[in-house]
Amino acid sequence: MTAPKTMPRLAIEDLSAISLRDGNRPILRRVSLDVGLGEVHGLVGESGAGKSTIAKAILGIIPSQVRIAGGKIGFEGRDLLTLSGSALRAVLGRDIALVPQDPTTALNPSRRIDAQMTDGLRLKRGLSAKEARLRAHSLLEEVQIRDPDRVLASYPHQLSGGMRQRVLIAAAFGLEPKLVIADEPTTALDVTVQKQILRLIRALQERHGTSVLFVSHDLGVVAKICDRVTVLYMGKVVEQGATAAVLAAPRHAYTKALLAANPRYDRPDTGLEPTPPEVITALRAEIAAFDAGSGEARDG
Amino acid sequence: MRLISDPKVVVAGGFILFLIVVAIFAPLIAPQDPLAQNLLTATLPPIGFPDAEPGFLLGTDGLGRDVLSRVIFGSRVSLTVAFVAAGLACLIGSILGLLAGYLGTFADTVISRLVDVWMAFPPVLLSILLIAVIGTGLHSVIIAIVVIDWTRFCRVVRTETMSQAQMDYVTAAQAVGFSRPAILFREILPNVVPVLIALLTLEMGIAVVVEAILSFVGLSVSSDTPTWGGMIAEGRQIVHEGWWVLAAPLAALFATVVAFNQLGDGLARSLDPVLRR
Repeated sequence: MTAPKTMPRLAIEDLSAISLRDGNRPILRRVSLDVGLGEVHGLVGESGAGKSTIAKAILGIIPSQVRIAGGKIGFEGRDLLTLSGSALRAVLGRDIALVPQDPTTALNPSRRIDAQMTDGLRLKRGLSAKEARLRAHSLLEEVQIRDPDRVLASYPHQLSGGMRQRVLIAAAFGLEPKLVIADEPTTALDVTVQKQILRLIRALQERHGTSVLFVSHDLGVVAKICDRVTVLYMGKVVEQGATAAVLAAPRHAYTKALLAANPRYDRPDTGLEPTPPEVITALRAEIAAFDAGSGEARDG
Repeated sequence: MRLISDPKVVVAGGFILFLIVVAIFAPLIAPQDPLAQNLLTATLPPIGFPDAEPGFLLGTDGLGRDVLSRVIFGSRVSLTVAFVAAGLACLIGSILGLLAGYLGTFADTVISRLVDVWMAFPPVLLSILLIAVIGTGLHSVIIAIVVIDWTRFCRVVRTETMSQAQMDYVTAAQAVGFSRPAILFREILPNVVPVLIALLTLEMGIAVVVEAILSFVGLSVSSDTPTWGGMIAEGRQIVHEGWWVLAAPLAALFATVVAFNQLGDGLARSLDPVLRR
């Protein structure tokens, strides 16, 4: 798939962030990425690369020890970073929704699924209690849950992990947002369930024309679902482009190393290669040069 | 109902329920007038002992008043104090605890320091001092207990609120753009309530003890209203002539406090949404 020609749904420009707790260590280094209309955009990198920080910055839930140092998050012509708390809350849940990482903790343990699904529909979509309940029922059917009535009446601990993730996906897409942030939605699930969940996200996304920012550390998962991909290392964009092109012919040594680190089920003797030290050294040097360069640019 | 399956909750809760019924219908249940003095029937032993007289199941005190009837009427003060004082302390402490735990920063600092300073006072001395200032009576006892007890609720609720606020489901609710009050009351509060109910029950037991201490030292309701603490004080003076005057209210007090504690313990386990299956 090619890059979108129209105005992108989400346009992140030069986003920088620093950690206040860690001597102002940079977490994001002038990250730019676009998510087009109806596009699934993968955001890949190892832990600590800054993937989640980007997702949190969009949702306005940056932890207190992190500060956004610069850049813009453009959404529908507005910069989400400059919105007031209430203006951002009006966008969240209506135009942007989240599929969280861990379905075992992302649902409130002491409330029934019913109450948790209808909350958003009533408060954000203005549905009556009765309408919201009917909508929740049909949403669960849409994510292939066989007995929605039982699930709606259940507490989260009574459901399996895959089931809970379906509920969370139904809740997110049920708000009919323009953009869904999927923060490692399959990481906490076992492999067989992963596939079903990926297929489900893709199907819902295509049906509703939703744009998805798909955060993952797993290139294999990204290859299955994403149109384009951005590879991050230490908060810096290392490679960006159409998924097929990037995976078939990675231009950057780090992307190659990431691909080599993926387990190969067809050839168990290969794969799981650690990133070669010379690649890391080169990357670090590249980032140091980038930091020095952008420092000069800021001073000048 | 899951609660019914927990024997602790059933037995202790059943006893508390029985006490409530006894307290409400005391005038119908009590065999004698708890205030009627008769020096001819003074210090009669309970039924089953030599010289016992029918009609005085647990014997009489030094003024010839029926001990059983006084224990029955005494439950009224104990339970009123338990429910009203612990309830009010719970309300005040929880509101402050929720605010401190959820808002954090400045509100948390102010409320937490206040609790620290408050808790540095010895509780019983504080309540005796307080009653010395505002005067005796049921209202004063309740106020005294609320004043010393809200801090416990505040501490527990604050800690619980803080740990719940770190949970992913709160982040998820923020990502849907719910307002802070909505998150506090719809998402966090339901997860704090189980701990709160368990603590409330435990504190009811403590309120019963504190009321007994205050009436023991004569700082509770006036002496024409029977209280367990007051009876223990009277019984102590004549313990060599009639041990039952001391033993009966002591047993009632003991059983009530044990029941509240066990109920609190049982509720803590059965109300936990993750532990219950």
